[in-house]
Amino acid sequence: MPADLSKDEPVTSVRAAAAALADVEPRPGVPKPDPILIADGVARRFGGLTAVEVDHLEVQRGVITALIGPNGAGKTTFFNLLTGFDRPNAGSWSFEGKDLGGVPAHKVARRGMVRTFQLTKALSKLTVLDNMRLGATGQKGENFFRALVPSTWTGQQRQIDERAHDLLRRFKLDSKVDDFAGSLSGGQRKLLEMARALMVEPAMVMLDEPMAGVNPALTQSLLGHVKDLRTQGMTVLFVEHDMDMVRDISDWVVVMAQGKIVAEGPPDVVMADPAVIDAYLGAHHDSELGTGVEQEVIAEAEAELDAAARDRGDA
Amino acid sequence: MDFGVIFNNTGNALLNAEALYLALAAIGLNVHFGYTGLLNFGQVGFLAVAAYGLGVGVTYLGLGFFPSILLGLALAVLLALLLGIPTLRLRADYLAIVTIASSEVIRLVARSAALRDVTGGSSGLTGFANGFYSMNPLSDGRYGFGPFVYNENRAFLLLVGWTLVVLSSLLVFMLMRSPWGRVLKAIREDEDAVRSLGKNVVGYKMQSLVLGGVLGALGGFVFAIANSSIQPDNYGTLLTFYAYTALILGGTARIFGPVVGSIVFIGLFVFLENFLVQAIRAGFIPETIMNSNQVGIVRGILVGAGLMLLMIYRPQGIFGDKKELALDAR
Repeated sequence: MPADLSKDEPVTSVRAAAAALADVEPRPGVPKPDPILIADGVARRFGGLTAVEVDHLEVQRGVITALIGPNGAGKTTFFNLLTGFDRPNAGSWSFEGKDLGGVPAHKVARRGMVRTFQLTKALSKLTVLDNMRLGATGQKGENFFRALVPSTWTGQQRQIDERAHDLLRRFKLDSKVDDFAGSLSGGQRKLLEMARALMVEPAMVMLDEPMAGVNPALTQSLLGHVKDLRTQGMTVLFVEHDMDMVRDISDWVVVMAQGKIVAEGPPDVVMADPAVIDAYLGAHHDSELGTGVEQEVIAEAEAELDAAARDRGDA
Repeated sequence: MDFGVIFNNTGNALLNAEALYLALAAIGLNVHFGYTGLLNFGQVGFLAVAAYGLGVGVTYLGLGFFPSILLGLALAVLLALLLGIPTLRLRADYLAIVTIASSEVIRLVARSAALRDVTGGSSGLTGFANGFYSMNPLSDGRYGFGPFVYNENRAFLLLVGWTLVVLSSLLVFMLMRSPWGRVLKAIREDEDAVRSLGKNVVGYKMQSLVLGGVLGALGGFVFAIANSSIQPDNYGTLLTFYAYTALILGGTARIFGPVVGSIVFIGLFVFLENFLVQAIRAGFIPETIMNSNQVGIVRGILVGAGLMLLMIYRPQGIFGDKKELALDAR
């Protein structure tokens, strides 16, 4: 099945995605024709530091959107806010037209917005299959009393297992079904985490640095899997540092710097945007030494403070 | 040196009340710590509220035996909810602090002079166990074989108690192979991952806390009935740590871990005590090294040293899987 998908369907889905966004003007906060996620005025402060201050962001349905930005730009914090893992100080956001503000993380997942983590969270002492089974929602046997009557949940479990095996085959983990997840390599854990997220049957997948710590040989296969998600009609929002990857797979790129969205647009447009180059290299990267050094030093110090605040917030 | 006495006393202790209530407490702790990863350092609190529920129910409120048992169970559930509501949203270490403190609060409140009329203050409660022993179908006499010989009342308590152990273990076994148990084990590994997959982590942790607390409460009933009295100072933190020791000795997250761990732990204690006493009496250990008054202390030292060796050479316990343990040290 995956082989078929990668032959013809991606081409059409890439075209469809590109077509949907063709007429959208590349500027921060621009409205999209069919947004699945809309965020308004989302702000998160740690003491006096503003980690995230997003005025307006719309994420188009059915496309791959990349969220990039220098270290400490607030990307992961923004992710945590959207998925209910952190509470903002202000702002509202909606998913498929329904308000998501203040909804706890597990309910966000049940509504179809599932995330993965920057530091992979494989459940080490559970087998690969149990990791997958856990992802299935609405399991009858997860109720305390029904758990004691196996006949109420074994049938459902068989269906879940079938789905899990299909996904594991696709992610080439089918030989590891009964191994502990903790015995997998770093890259395999990334694959498992992504496959497990798909067990939830999400409408939107949020990937926090899917390529971090993955060896180059596996990168291509991971990229293929991310593209597959789009082919299957899912929306993908991902944080990434690797510009080649961003250019390769994303239909739309959103750039954050110091908590704000400074640019968005198609990859090639954004990469040439002076605001983006400034965000990454500093506003005075091409001026003579001595003139802008002071501001550069200040900006650097601020970024470090941001990062420190984020670390404190995460801990 | 009388090895007959040593082995007889040790054998007798293996199935006796001490191992029994320790096993029940450890089964509950296994649900908390072994399966869910909840660091409950106040398991003795559940035993205490159950024992006092039974004792106060019978002696002060004048309830029958079974209504008092229900009162004890209800108190254990209430304690779990009270501990869980403020702490389960926080990191695991907060639960450890709150539980160890609350178990001491329970003991100190129960032994306070102000509650002398209700809980008997520091002298505790007696006269509540008759309701249990009056149901004894065994006629007077001694029951059992080999070293396992007990009088009719003790035999009845042990029969009921070990049946509870078997039923509790069966309950835990059935739960832990179900999807419900899978969620608990996943929470132990990483609760954020479980949350991201749409499970209500706080709800599951609460259910785990209640279940383990109720299993511990059964141990509290056995403890109280076996002594036919409730002494508040028996419910100190030491009992919690004994239960942890038994659990880790047997192997965490294993069905038989807490049961066999408790039996081995108590057996070791009684064996060492009897061995030392006999060795001193026979003159194998000269008075200059230790006398019979120091047996209790030396026994504790030896058990401690033995546990250290266990942690070094078999950290997974009796039933644990070393490969599984190695997954932690990535």
